[in-house]
Amino acid sequence: MSKTLRFTTLTAVLPLVMAMSAAQAATPKETLVMALQIDDILTFDPGESYEINGQEIGTNIYDRLVRYEAEDLTKLVGGVAESWTVSPDSKTFTFKLRPNLKFANGDPVTAEDMAWSIQRVVLMDKTPAFLFTQLGWSKENVKSLVQATDPHTLTFKITEDLAPSLVLNLMSTLAASPVDKKVALSHEKDGDLGNAWLKTNSAGSGAYNLVAWKAEESVTLEANPTYHLGAPHIKRVVVRHVPEPATQRLLLEKGDIDVARNLSPDQLAPLSENKDIRIESFPAGDNYYLGMNLSEEHMKNPKVRQAMKMLVDYDGMVKTFLKGRFVVQETFLPIGFMGAIPYNPWKLDVAKAKSLLAEAGYPNGFEIEFTSPNLSPWTDMAQSVQQTMAQGGIKLKLVQVELKQELQTFRSRKHQMVLNSWAPDYFDPHSNADTFAHNDDDSDTPKIKPLAWRTHWLIPDITKQTLAAAKEVDTEKRKKEYEDLQKKVTDDGPFILMFQDANPVAMRSNVKGFKLGLFADFNYYRTVTK
Amino acid sequence: MTAAAEAARTNDGWARRFAGLTRHAAKTLLSVALTFLGLTCVTFFIGRVIPIDPVLAIVGDKASIETYNRVKIEIGLDQPIPVQYWRFLVKVVHGDFGNSVITAQPVLEDLLRVFPATIELSMFALIIGVVLGIPLGVIAATHRGRWQDQVIRFGSLLGYSMPVFWLGLVGLLLFYAKLGWVEGPGRLDVGFDDVVPTITGLMTVDSLIEGDSDVFWNSISHLMLPSSILGYLSLAYVARMTRSFMLGQLKQEYILATLAKGLSPFRVVWVHALGNVWVQLVTVIALTFGSLLEGAVLTETVFAWPGLGLYMKNSLFNADLNAVLGGTMLVGVVYIGLNMLSDLLYPLVDPRAREER
Repeated sequence: MSKTLRFTTLTAVLPLVMAMSAAQAATPKETLVMALQIDDILTFDPGESYEINGQEIGTNIYDRLVRYEAEDLTKLVGGVAESWTVSPDSKTFTFKLRPNLKFANGDPVTAEDMAWSIQRVVLMDKTPAFLFTQLGWSKENVKSLVQATDPHTLTFKITEDLAPSLVLNLMSTLAASPVDKKVALSHEKDGDLGNAWLKTNSAGSGAYNLVAWKAEESVTLEANPTYHLGAPHIKRVVVRHVPEPATQRLLLEKGDIDVARNLSPDQLAPLSENKDIRIESFPAGDNYYLGMNLSEEHMKNPKVRQAMKMLVDYDGMVKTFLKGRFVVQETFLPIGFMGAIPYNPWKLDVAKAKSLLAEAGYPNGFEIEFTSPNLSPWTDMAQSVQQTMAQGGIKLKLVQVELKQELQTFRSRKHQMVLNSWAPDYFDPHSNADTFAHNDDDSDTPKIKPLAWRTHWLIPDITKQTLAAAKEVDTEKRKKEYEDLQKKVTDDGPFILMFQDANPVAMRSNVKGFKLGLFADFNYYRTVTK
Repeated sequence: MTAAAEAARTNDGWARRFAGLTRHAAKTLLSVALTFLGLTCVTFFIGRVIPIDPVLAIVGDKASIETYNRVKIEIGLDQPIPVQYWRFLVKVVHGDFGNSVITAQPVLEDLLRVFPATIELSMFALIIGVVLGIPLGVIAATHRGRWQDQVIRFGSLLGYSMPVFWLGLVGLLLFYAKLGWVEGPGRLDVGFDDVVPTITGLMTVDSLIEGDSDVFWNSISHLMLPSSILGYLSLAYVARMTRSFMLGQLKQEYILATLAKGLSPFRVVWVHALGNVWVQLVTVIALTFGSLLEGAVLTETVFAWPGLGLYMKNSLFNADLNAVLGGTMLVGVVYIGLNMLSDLLYPLVDPRAREER
């Protein structure tokens, strides 16, 4: 070996050896380090945030008027509100706020803060504004309809006919978080109600404070010692953006992170044998479905739609490549929602599907285009569907594209059939009913464009029923309405509803109390211990 | 010649040289401006033809038609394409790339934040590539056809053909997960986050300025693996190019002459032959640096490295057009800058170029 070569080898190896001493991993005791793909976060302003991970972290920064707390995610309880009453005509809602509540900076939480925080959602007209405008509030009337009647009492009136349970569920969304009015307005720029500042800063009364958000890099939270349910065990939460799941797995195995959130089934499988790591799976609120287009001649025929629903191997997929991550749920409401029923009438039945197709006049089947996102698990689902449909004679021309592009095709109704998923906007059955079972204007310029519109499913009668269910004061009757609606959509609609998702989480075995809810809204960090 | 005449001649010489320089500068500026204009044009129109709706990227899936239309007008998408391009150009000239959809920050601020991370990574990679690549190339050339040459050529062919994504993961698995020699993904351990204030954005430099040796060594340890992997790619290229340049030089007659005069073969190869190769190598190195920026896209994804590559990838996937355009412009400007820089460096390594000026 020449001298030079020896020298170059040495220069290459030396830094590696020097680094050896530095590499010893373990996260600090009172810090939770979580790897999560957080490149969707655009803002932390609760009046603007509408991305999944923004909602999750916002949940931990801000308290809400009312909420589903980590201890029991099925029961609506007070957040900053201690109690509430609804007028007999279900139009006026009065909330008594808890006394002595404080924002993280020590300012008292007043009814004025709460009223202003709700008003600004409507006034700013960002994405979440639709949650409140359905109550009949507008930029013009919201200040007079939502008011603090005394420092501890918030009163609002709604002008639309809506079920009180729906109204309260809307008040449990991130948008109904109290923001410290004084602080926000002190940072106001050009009448933005503090929006620009609140994108990257927090002024809330939740379990944690936002310390820093470095877009596409990390979010750091710090425990709020004055939080009304007690200071959290974990003093510091660091959410690191780790885009590559394989990298998340390595970090977890090494102990450099405590929790990995974006592992795929093939990465989870080998981890299950590692005694330092625990894997838990939590049901999620999103469902996966196939959306048809009823402007396509074949699918206008209800018999064809039925046949297609019999040409999907629901159980087969869940038992093989989707194992552990999805469950079969053939209605538009995920289990866990009010009114959701385990109604799964469709099974793979090629013979019956063939005879239905023959009855419909297509004994030799037909060919349509099938658009699917080019990501796992969509790709695998699409191939399975393509294969079973072919058994019945329906030839699917599979087009796999970027998710955004696929959504674009679907939104503009240029598809013939798409594979898609839907996540509810808030914890109320109306959220999904209003999209799967609402379309009374099939023109190209309707006021709203729900999923039923995207599929050209014109259903004025079902739409009436959906809107009536949203207004039903009697909660039991309301549930019955949703049960009926689910069956109608599943039986006859242009949707082949297939699965309810589940979120698997891999964590170091010393991490306790980490749970995920049906929604990003229900993911609390304050229950975690290490 | 009288003193006055001599002074006049000197003045005349200076004036000519000055005129020459101005002409050269004007030419360079014009070509830069044209390249820049072409760059804006191509990036802008590519951004407009991709089948993704930038309005939806902003307002989201659930927005009402009213909100959608309002935003569409706000970002100027209701205007004809040439008008949009003109507005874009005017803004860019003023240094305004608009706000990023994903980060809600001005794109320029984002770029200033993420670019140092990429610069740091690429600089380390380049140093590795050059420091190892050139000697290896020289050795391969002097041992042409022998085993040293075969090994080096095979090694650099591997560097060419291996996907950086795969190499990164295998590297992590081996050196981080199994052997524990280096720190894993990210620029620093969680415990060191925000310990050192951002001055240059280069973690190694900032920690040295602050005199914090823990942060310095931690950042070096985090840098080691991604920069080695990225460096391997440039090493492969630099070594192959050096080899072929050197082979050209070693065939020249002056080599034989210097050897005949009794100079040591070591000096002949490493001083005389290599000295004549530098001109070509400067261009190769400049281009390598440019391609490192591109290579960073995948490396940064594997190593969760918050730099320009990761930023661009996310922007692209999220239809964040302002960010994509801003990032593309930055990479383009760096390329233009590198070309100019290598032009400027020629005279340093080639006396003939010095005289031509």
